[in-house]
Amino acid sequence: MSDHGEHGPGHIVPVGVYVLVFLALMAGTALTTWIAYINLGPWNTPVALTIAVCKMLLVVLFFMHVKYATGLTRVVIICGFFWLGIMITLSLSDELTRHWELNPAPWNVILPFIHHLF
Amino acid sequence: MNDAPAASSVNYLNANYGIRSWLLTTDHKRIGLLYLAVITFMFLIGGSAAVLMRLHLVEPQGALVEPDTYNKLFSTHGIVMVFFFLVPSIPATLGNFLIPIMIGARDVAFPRLNLMSWYIFVAGCTLGMIAILSGGVDTGWTFYPPYSSLYAHTPVVTMAMGIFVAGFSSILTGLNFVVTIHKMRAPGMTWFRLPLFIWALYATSLIFILGTPVIAVTVLLLGLERLFHVGIFDPAVGGDPLLFQHLFWFYSHPAVYIMILPSMGVISELITAFSRKKVFGYSMIAFSSLAIAIISFIVWGHHMFVTGQSVYAGLVFSVLSFMVAIPSAIKVFNWTATLYKGSISYQAPMLYALGFIGLFTMGGLTGLFLASLATDVHLNGTYFVVAHFHYIMVGGALMGYLGGIHFWWPKITGRMYPDLWARLAAAIVFVGFNLTFFPQFVLGYLGMPRRYAVYPAEFQVLNVMSSAGASVLAVGYVIPLVYLIWSMRYGPEAGRNPWGAKGLEWTTPSPPPTENFETPPIVTEDAYEYPVAAESTYPNAPGVARV
Amino acid sequence: MSELAAHGAHAHPPGFAHQFEDMAQQKEAGTLGMWAFLVTEILFFGGMFTAYIIYRSLHLPGFITGSHLLVVKFGAINTAVLICSSLTMALAIRSAQTGKGRGTIIFWLILTMILGATFLGLKFAFEWSKDYAEHIVPGAYFGFQYHPSWGANAPYVQMFMCFYFFMTGLHALHMVVGLGILAVLVGMTAANKFSSQYYTPLEISGLYWHFVDIVWIFLFPLLYLIGGRY
Repeated sequence: MSDHGEHGPGHIVPVGVYVLVFLALMAGTALTTWIAYINLGPWNTPVALTIAVCKMLLVVLFFMHVKYATGLTRVVIICGFFWLGIMITLSLSDELTRHWELNPAPWNVILPFIHHLF
Repeated sequence: MNDAPAASSVNYLNANYGIRSWLLTTDHKRIGLLYLAVITFMFLIGGSAAVLMRLHLVEPQGALVEPDTYNKLFSTHGIVMVFFFLVPSIPATLGNFLIPIMIGARDVAFPRLNLMSWYIFVAGCTLGMIAILSGGVDTGWTFYPPYSSLYAHTPVVTMAMGIFVAGFSSILTGLNFVVTIHKMRAPGMTWFRLPLFIWALYATSLIFILGTPVIAVTVLLLGLERLFHVGIFDPAVGGDPLLFQHLFWFYSHPAVYIMILPSMGVISELITAFSRKKVFGYSMIAFSSLAIAIISFIVWGHHMFVTGQSVYAGLVFSVLSFMVAIPSAIKVFNWTATLYKGSISYQAPMLYALGFIGLFTMGGLTGLFLASLATDVHLNGTYFVVAHFHYIMVGGALMGYLGGIHFWWPKITGRMYPDLWARLAAAIVFVGFNLTFFPQFVLGYLGMPRRYAVYPAEFQVLNVMSSAGASVLAVGYVIPLVYLIWSMRYGPEAGRNPWGAKGLEWTTPSPPPTENFETPPIVTEDAYEYPVAAESTYPNAPGVARV
Repeated sequence: MSELAAHGAHAHPPGFAHQFEDMAQQKEAGTLGMWAFLVTEILFFGGMFTAYIIYRSLHLPGFITGSHLLVVKFGAINTAVLICSSLTMALAIRSAQTGKGRGTIIFWLILTMILGATFLGLKFAFEWSKDYAEHIVPGAYFGFQYHPSWGANAPYVQMFMCFYFFMTGLHALHMVVGLGILAVLVGMTAANKFSSQYYTPLEISGLYWHFVDIVWIFLFPLLYLIGGRY
């Protein structure tokens, strides 16, 4: 039967990788702080969020060992973010379209013509 | 307790004695019973509120209480029944008891966490009881601001904390179940050999994990707003009351599927056992459980069609809400197909299951009226909605719960209850239920609003009919309490498999030993492999047993 | 560390829980359980993020004004502090994996705790107490009267500060719980509970700690850097 008592330490990440990730994270922090002081117009926010997502990926993949983890772990993580996305997207679909009555939707423009036909 | 000669073995009930062995247990079976005790108590509280409401409504001007008190009654009834009874009911009692046994494991993945989740649940119920005893909230179970955040003078924060804490308990339960089902199945127990009850509880646990945290943060925000007078949901300082509704219903709609999915799992077990026939379309039923869990998260806006949500979002949610009916319908078709040419017997669990199929179908179909934007504008806020969700939650979820309790009672206690009384109670429940809630469909259609302490005189006949039905229903609920408790002491010994059903839980003694199995099982066959009658060589011969 | 029993039963390393078949299953279950819990935390913080995103989309000028009330320097320093603490936490787990003595593990754990406490200390001393002194804590005493330039955006400035305190407050609460968990781990390590065969509590606590770091990685730009600082 299979060996039940022994269990290895799991994938061991070299110290060098941890230090590199650490330095990348610090660089990312410095970068996002520095860019905030530069006028990129509407691009400031997407740039800042992109940097944040990259930092998150570094932490998730290396510090949290997801790079070496099972598919099940990845599915679980993706589901978490996907469900958050559902909550944000569908809530925004209401909040941002509240005042759409003021600007007629395309079919409101066509309707008078249809009525005219019949 | 076990004083008959055949009960030779030590089982989970008599392995240890004393209150400490129960309050400090990590045995999932004992924890299931601990939950059973607490939720039965909470059911009586919520049921008492309902009794008072129905007594009050026999007269158009109200027969019993002041309008403010009536508001507290329907709020208490809703909160207790949803958060402290239905949400934990099947998962925490039958789920805790059965999941490890059904998958061939010794216990859940995290037994101490399991016990802790019971204590957390008790803490949540205690906070809820404190809120009730300090007068009760009058906001409705939906707690909509700005009333609940600015104007209500009732213990909203206490009740919100109770819900927060109870929710945390259900998160831990769901977590435990997901890990247990993924990681602790016995050798040979592949995903597609699992009982459908497990699939249903797995889907339910996904909702626990993904949805409950949102209600937690929502009641937290509500509490903070109420305590510190900040304006997250207050329009006067730029807040949006509808934001609360979005966050609230993001959980609370999937929550209703938390309440019905486990019951559907029970029904799958009951229908196949009492038809002595392999379930029709196993994988479709399994996938439909997952589909219900997933789609349930994208339909919540159908609770907000008339509260100020944009029409465009309403359209999206309406279409999606129609989609969620499909997997439920698939289940009903498959159960019916399982019955076809089965060898059906009508013991009490089967009566509950058959009742479920009829009543759940009615509840589900009336949901479509409410999912359709145009008709919902007229029906929302009326008794039509009340009847719809009671058909599902009482006619569906509660009957499934009772059916499951009756089916697995001999396994849990080792004793059999008197079937005649059980069938009588099931019939009384069915009749009483329909008498209570069918008139409410008519009332809603005629325009009687819900949550009103008074109503126009022309609605009195239907209201009285509903209240009369409620008293019959109450009798139907009390009878099982009596004979089930009686059976624990005086019922005949059940033996391993009193129903002759398939499933790992029926291979182990009744009651099971603490480690669930005398020898760890190895699974070699699919679920529900009932013996099939021999094929006839003369296909249409009268009187010849056919498959 | 794991004794091979002489009487033929398979060995049970220290920390083995008997509902499991073997240590591998126990480790997988523990890890999956912690990830499932972190998903609940994503949704928990996510509720506040959703509300924040909605109000920011609808009332951006007020949110920009509010964001400019915060001091970027402290946010950036705190971000760096937390990143350091994630490194030290990862090194603590690695020490256990590579069989280093308990002294090494405890060293890294305590360093993580110090960094976490530094984060909280900086927050409280330099940010929250100053916010209180400057009358920008939302509620009955919010200092509208000191900022006539806010004009019609004033309610949304307070709304932003609500989110600032709720979100950083919830985050800080999670940090405090994290410090408690680390303290327990220090105790367990000192009691020789861990080895290269069994260090699951360290690993899953590390997951929690890194998650709290990730929340801050998003809070920093979303709260401190809205609308740019140019």
